[in-house]
Amino acid sequence: MSASAFSVALIGTEGTIVEVEAAVGAGLPRTVLVGLPDSALYEARDRCKPAVQASGLPWPEHLLTINLTPAALPKAGTHYDLAIAAAVLAAGRHVPPESTSNTVMMGELKLDGRVQAVRGVLPALVTALHAGMTRAIVPANQLAEARLVDGMTVWGVSTLSDLVDVLHGRPISEPTVPPAEPNPEPTPELDLSEVAGQHEARWALEVAAAGRHHLYLQGPPGVGKTMLASRLPSILPDLSPAESLEVSMIRSLLGELGDGLVTRPPFCDPHHSASLSAMVGGGPRVARPGCISMAHRGVLFLDEAPEFATNVLDALRTPLESGWVNIARAQLTTRFPARFQLVIASNPCKCGQHGVAEGKCRCSPNDARRYLERLSGPILDRVDLQQHLLPPSRASLTAAGTGESSAVVADRVREARQRQARRLAPLGFRCNGDVPGSVLRSTLPVPRGIELLDHALIRGHVTSRGVDKVLRVAWTIADLAGSDRVERKHLQTALAMRQGELIGAAA
Amino acid sequence: MSVARVTRALGAWGEDVAERHIERLGWTVLDRNWRCPRGELDLVARQHDGTVVFVEVKTRSGRGYGSPLEAVTVAKIAKLHEMAQWWLREHQVRAPRVRIDVIGVVREAGGVDVDHVRGVTR
Repeated sequence: MSASAFSVALIGTEGTIVEVEAAVGAGLPRTVLVGLPDSALYEARDRCKPAVQASGLPWPEHLLTINLTPAALPKAGTHYDLAIAAAVLAAGRHVPPESTSNTVMMGELKLDGRVQAVRGVLPALVTALHAGMTRAIVPANQLAEARLVDGMTVWGVSTLSDLVDVLHGRPISEPTVPPAEPNPEPTPELDLSEVAGQHEARWALEVAAAGRHHLYLQGPPGVGKTMLASRLPSILPDLSPAESLEVSMIRSLLGELGDGLVTRPPFCDPHHSASLSAMVGGGPRVARPGCISMAHRGVLFLDEAPEFATNVLDALRTPLESGWVNIARAQLTTRFPARFQLVIASNPCKCGQHGVAEGKCRCSPNDARRYLERLSGPILDRVDLQQHLLPPSRASLTAAGTGESSAVVADRVREARQRQARRLAPLGFRCNGDVPGSVLRSTLPVPRGIELLDHALIRGHVTSRGVDKVLRVAWTIADLAGSDRVERKHLQTALAMRQGELIGAAA
Repeated sequence: MSVARVTRALGAWGEDVAERHIERLGWTVLDRNWRCPRGELDLVARQHDGTVVFVEVKTRSGRGYGSPLEAVTVAKIAKLHEMAQWWLREHQVRAPRVRIDVIGVVREAGGVDVDHVRGVTR
């Protein structure tokens, strides 16, 4: 006698439907589990049997073969337990064998038959829906997460007996367990009004937010680099429904999704001791998302960026370009989305005082240069905006709290984003920060006052790559000003922001 | 009676049940409780087609600890194979085919349950 049930194998945020087949045949009592399971999954045999027996149901007293198809796909995790138990019970005709069709099951079993929460319920159900499944059975305390997927009938089960009742078509009592631990009160976003002075840097932050430009903040310790960067999410617009689903799926894979979809852009600030696999994702056999994927559709902030390991910084190059990260392992390659906005902050040198008036820098000029060179090259090529921060004067400090609040800035950013969307959507882009140089120079209307840029190029004030950066930023400034094309003054401002960078680099 | 004696008596009863079961199948019982230095073969029988079958009988007085068949381990099966060779050599029996079966006997409230698994390998 045989029967089957369904679950999902997750590779990144993409899944494959896995059919769990159970066959009872002649032979000494033994349970065989095949289909490339990892050790946590292989142990499912030993979890499911006591759980089934604890629920007052028999485990087959013959040779039981459980096969997870497609058998060549490596599978990991403990979420197959429910499907395995259901397939075995259906093979023994303790539940109707046809009751498991079109039903995806996710959940881990405890020995006493209770059902435990698992990671990845959201992406699994999205996969199941696309594969044409119509019903889902999940742990009771993940019912809210499962209900985020429209178009499926979802049951939350707290015990294996509940599962049996559902498969028999009997009503089950509403979950007695509290529906998930209530989300830790979402920490209120930090507000830009708390930043004292630093008007130029606030402006750079606003431009970065509006055009989704990568941003580099440089300055001595204590000037507010971290304060500014951590407030960037507060002026970014809400995630679109599609983005929200992407971000929530990653959160679900990490087991961190609460009751609702994530609607605000995430912020991830790994410490500079971060390892390569913490940054890009990794782990044995089936990879887990790293910081760059946790920051997908949000902000990745690298504080003290030159202190990061060189290989970790270099690993950011491909995802910065493609918005994806492919993690290759012997048996399979996992792909995670990683379209993040990069904000890097650094001191001007190891001690932090280089180039500061009245500062006492203890570094040799060579050391200072070498410190910053760790960031040079491909990473900085992708950064449109460099902002040098100086310690605020006393006058601007006392004026603290008078700066605009995040809400005010966010309104301007949102409008600028809408303007960009209207202009760039036909070209397949969303923000100025994503537009490649060729499109900037040939497809979009030529800015007024372009001779300013020619002049700067001839004089050697900007490089040809710098021209692209100035153009991108100029478009964002125009968008913020509510202008449909780049005027001379917008280009001037963009050039001035660029000059500040050159002055800083020369210092 | 001591616990060991009760167990032994239960085992002997189970072997009787298994022997009757085999006779009902029409097989010829060749030997019973054959001892050698490696252990004991519970039953040796010949099927209609000449196959010599070595039968391990496992008896339980209830299902509290699961099926008696679960008590047959890989090591036990390896030992049965070894003893089967030994028995064939000693009795100069030429068998076209040899097989190892396990018969589980459970004494239940309503009677006896016999579970016969043929051709055991691991």
